[in-house]
Parts: sequence; structure tokens; C-alpha cells
Amino acid sequence: MSEFAFLNGNEAVAWGVRLSRPHVIAAYPITPQTKAVEKLSSFVQNGEMDCKYLHVESEHSAMACSIGSSSVGARTFTATSSQGLLYMSEGLPYASGARLPIVMMNANRSIATPWNIYGDQMDAMHVLNSGWVQLFVEDAQEALDMVIQSFKLAENHDILTPVMINVDGFVLTHTYEKVEIPGQELVDSFLPAIEKAPHLMNDQDPMSLCISAGNQHYMEFKIKQHRDMFKVFEQLESIDRDFEKSFGRSHGGAAAGYRNEDADVILVTTGSVTGTARVVVDSLREQGIKAGLVKLRLLRPFPSDDLFELIGKAGAVGILDKNISFGFEGTVYTNVNSSLLQKGYRGRTFNFIAGLGGRDITKENIEEMFSALLEQKGETVQYFNMGCAL
Amino acid sequence: MIKKLNARNIDAKECFYGHKACGGCGESLALRLALKVLGEEAYLSLPAGCMAAVSFIYPNMAFKNNAVITPFASTAAVATGIAAGLEALGKEAPLSVGFAGDGGTADIGIQSLSGAIDRGEKFIYICTDNEAYMNTGIQKSGLTPFGAATTTTPAGKAIHGCVTEKKNMFEIAAAHGISYAATASIGYPEDFLNKVQKAKECDGPAYIHIYTPCPTGWGHGSEITVDLAKEVVDTGLWFLAEYENGEFRLNKKPENFKPVADHLKRQARFRHLSEIEITQIEEMRDRKWEKMLKNWG
Repeated sequence: MSEFAFLNGNEAVAWGVRLSRPHVIAAYPITPQTKAVEKLSSFVQNGEMDCKYLHVESEHSAMACSIGSSSVGARTFTATSSQGLLYMSEGLPYASGARLPIVMMNANRSIATPWNIYGDQMDAMHVLNSGWVQLFVEDAQEALDMVIQSFKLAENHDILTPVMINVDGFVLTHTYEKVEIPGQELVDSFLPAIEKAPHLMNDQDPMSLCISAGNQHYMEFKIKQHRDMFKVFEQLESIDRDFEKSFGRSHGGAAAGYRNEDADVILVTTGSVTGTARVVVDSLREQGIKAGLVKLRLLRPFPSDDLFELIGKAGAVGILDKNISFGFEGTVYTNVNSSLLQKGYRGRTFNFIAGLGGRDITKENIEEMFSALLEQKGETVQYFNMGCAL
Repeated sequence: MIKKLNARNIDAKECFYGHKACGGCGESLALRLALKVLGEEAYLSLPAGCMAAVSFIYPNMAFKNNAVITPFASTAAVATGIAAGLEALGKEAPLSVGFAGDGGTADIGIQSLSGAIDRGEKFIYICTDNEAYMNTGIQKSGLTPFGAATTTTPAGKAIHGCVTEKKNMFEIAAAHGISYAATASIGYPEDFLNKVQKAKECDGPAYIHIYTPCPTGWGHGSEITVDLAKEVVDTGLWFLAEYENGEFRLNKKPENFKPVADHLKRQARFRHLSEIEITQIEEMRDRKWEKMLKNWG
């Protein structure tokens, strides 16, 4: 039986992990991920989870231990944030190249220096090319549900790709919401025991893993990995449809639209800011302004087809980036803009950079973004809620 | 009582063959011997380094065992991850073994090794020490001995090779209160085999540090690898010892050391050394032995 609880995003993730019955968790604490690993530790120490919890000495070893346990077929979870994600980043392409279905929560946080513990999405952008599925969630319920869905996705033998669930630091990790915790039996039937992939180490047919491949073979391994990544779209949709049948909730596929169908202008968001943007869209609609919203749930693989379809005939598109690629523009913008160009989109695109280092993104800021879209005015790249002129 | 292993009763089965290691490679001999004790059931973790570079080249795999190349810093972390995974999947008494060189152990891998020993999980770590980064072309590591010429500590006019002494990895491992630690040399293979056996039998983490000459890196004939590995113990420049139940024990106490100069001159990396520097090396050796005999005697 499911039950309702008042949980923050970290706890929701921990519940999702508990219900997914991982064999191994290897994690190192870092703000704002700590409450997730504390909760998981207490589940293990209280005997509520039957799981090996490895108290590693660093994020680098959290990922390395995860590589070890996943390479023998154990369902494996880890969690990190910010500097920790960067510290373990050597292991990320390592795990994806070896096709290990590890699931990780990344509590999105800014990158030093200056030191700052608050939320933006710079950390995830640093590792966008690591070969992991990069998923962004909007609220605590989606965080819990996507842990369960992510194991199913990563472990699918057509996919065999690790998944990073991005949960905005503090805004989601530390904010309490009403969350439905599904019953264990329901989760067990939705997410059965992991089926060991044939390339993993095993006693019957010993394997060498994380091997070397010279210039005559390496490229084929990598292109195969690249192509398999595109299978995520279909699998994610199919998993979500099954999820809805079992749990009565759906989160959609790679991207989701909100009042986008007849929209003149559209804002593209990732993660928790989507909630604020929804409120602004509703109030603009009340004023007769045809504003719409597209939430990107996946940044890798990048859903070019879905995005183009959702944006439709909107005259201008703004991309909200909680990150910046120094000397260029926001990274989500680079991806969306390139994708829309390839699809032949003719409208204007804007890049709205906001929320760095946990700076608030207010309703007023989002209204300003829509004004810029409606009037198609100003620079392509614009900054919001700046404290002083630079 | 565990049966003592020797050349007559060890397993004839080979678990490591068809690799591309240099002729006379000490490390590959250590792996071959260790696997005769560990058996093909053992899961192996090796970082990027010589032994990984010569044995995992797609599509030719040289290990009969399950084996994985780990990130350079992560031998012990991956090995304990494998152990945890196997245990959680219900395998009885899984055996997970890491093999790493001197740089992979004493430098870049020391943090993950320390963390893994600290967790107290059952795993075996074997450091195959050839005293420099050989895979990348003989650069100095934390285990390069005083005086040795490497490509980053060349025998220059102002500085004659490596100016630092080897880190005491054996004692560092022991200082964690590890279940079992030992030093060994491929020059004393029976001693090594029996130490691997002890490591296999013990309940918690075990660390073995084995001296493995490298003809390519040290500049000696491939036919004298084993001889040098024996001689280094007989000169007192390396030692055979164990740490068990919280106590250190010397396995071999030479009455008289063989001459150091003759031993060093057989290796191109030491040929530049002056008499004064050789005397310094003897003094370092004597200080070490004085301490070991006093504390571990």
C-alpha cells in the first residue's frame, strides 16, 4: 500500500532508492546531497534495507566502488553534488563506456570558485559528455519516481547506460512536499531483480572488463555506445507508460510541454524552475498572452524531435540556463539552438541566464523573460536578477 | 593447519598467459605466481599500468579470471566494490584481489587503498613494486629508491638521480591495523606463495608488497631479474617481513649483508653513483635494519 509523507527531495530520492532494492550503495557526503545518504544509511542501519553500504573516502572512490559492484551485476546507487561530481568525473565515462547501469543522484550545485553551496546546474553541464543519461526532475515526487524508473531504464539490455538524476540543490533537496511513497510490492512487480548483462563478470564465463581497444577498434565501441543512447527515448516513454499503469502517475518522456500548443512564445526550462514558470504562464494566459512552456527532462540523449514538435510555430523561444559556458553562452541554449537550427526552426532564440550560485529566479524575472520574447528585443544572451551593473 | 606451498606442490594451472609483457618482467612473474595460489575463482582489479596494458588488448584477453582495468587511482576501491557486489548477490566467500604497481599504490592509489583497508572488508591488495612508472617510460614514483636514475630524476650533473627514499608502504598499510600485511620478493618465490596463501585465508583486508625488478626500466639483462630480486634481500636493501595480529615479524635476518655496490652496479639506473652515495645507501639500510631489529626482532 502506498502512503503519503511530507518529504524533501533528498528523502524522496532515498525512498526511491530503498524501494528499488539496490545491492550496493557507495557514497561520500557533500552538501546539499547529505540528507539523502544519511537517510539511506539509517534505512540500512535499522535493517529496513538489505544492502551493502560502502563508506568510501571520496567521491572518486564512490564511483570506483560503484564500477566494481556494477561490473559483477549488482544493482548500484550513489549520490553526489558539485565538487564531488567533478572529483568523480574520471569515473563517469569509465562507467558508461563499460556499459554499467549505475544510477546516481546529483544534487545540482554551483562550482567553486568562489565557493558557494547553493543550487545551479553548472555541475551537470561539466559532465554532459560523460555518456550518462542526464535527467532533470521538477519536484520531490518526480525525484522518487524517477529513481525507480531510472534503474529500469539503465538496466535494460538495449540501453545499459548509467543514469544521473539531477535534483536542484536546496530548492528541491531541502524543500518539503507531500509525496506519495508507493508500496514495496507494487515497486517489486514494476522493477524486478536486475538481470545480469552478458558482458559483466561472472563465474561461469569469466570476463575481462574495461578493456583497451586500439585505434582499429575504439571508434566502433564509441559509436555503438552513441547509437544505443538514442534508444533511451523510446524506452523512457515505454517505462513511463508502464509506470502510469502501476502507480497512476506519469512524468512523460524526454520533454514535456505546458500550454505550448498554440503558444506565440515559449520558455524552455530544466528542473525545479519549471514550477515557477508554470505559474507565470498561467497568469500571462489570463491576460490573453499566448505564452507556453517546454520542460526538458533529458539533456542526454538530447530530444531534438520532441523539442521541435513541442515548440511548433512559436515565434520566439527562450532558453533558461542555470549555468554558463564561459566565453560562449548557456549550455542548454547551445544544445536547443543547434537542434532547432537543424530542424529548420525559423523563429528567434534567446538565452536567459539566471540563478547562478542559488540566486533567486522570481516570477518577475520570468515575466521579464517572456516580455523579451514577445518584443523580441535585446541581446541574444541576457542575464537576470543581477545585483549590480558590471 | 594450512599446507606449506613450494615449487613441487603448487598448482600447474596457468591463469595468466599470452600477455605482452617484456622478457624478464618481474611484475608478470609475481602475478603468475600469485594466481597459482589465488586460483581462477579470484576476481582481479588492475589499474591502468604495465600489467593492464599488456593483458587486456581487445580482442586478446590474457587472464583466465574475471578481471577489470580500474581507473589509475582506484584499484582498491574497485576491488572492494566487486567484493561488496558479489557478497550482496549472495556469493559465498568471494575473493577479490587488486594488483597495482608502485605508483598506482604509493602515489595516486594510496587514498583509495587507505579507505578500502579502513572499511575492513575482505580483499587482497598486492603491490608489484618496480620502483618507477614503467608503463609511461620510467618516471620517478614515491617508491623510487634514493639514487636511482629515472627519466624524471636523471643522473644529472647537479643532482644524481632520485633524492628521496622509498615510502614505507608496508608499514603504512600495517598502521591501519590491517588483518595481514607482508613484504616479499620474486627472488624468494616460496616465501611469496605462502604469504599469498595467508592473505587468502585471512578474514579482513590483506596487503602484500612484492619487489619485482624491471629489466627495461632498471637497465639489466632479462635473465637476471630473479637473481636481482634475491640479491636485493641478501644485501639488506629489501626485507621479508609480516604484520599479523598487530605484530611485526622479520622472516629473514641476514647475518652478513652481501655487498651493496656489486648489486647496484648490475643495474644501469645506479651506475652513476659515487662511492659516497653508495655509502649513503648503506647507511640508510643500516638505520632501517637497526630499527627493524629493535622493534620487530
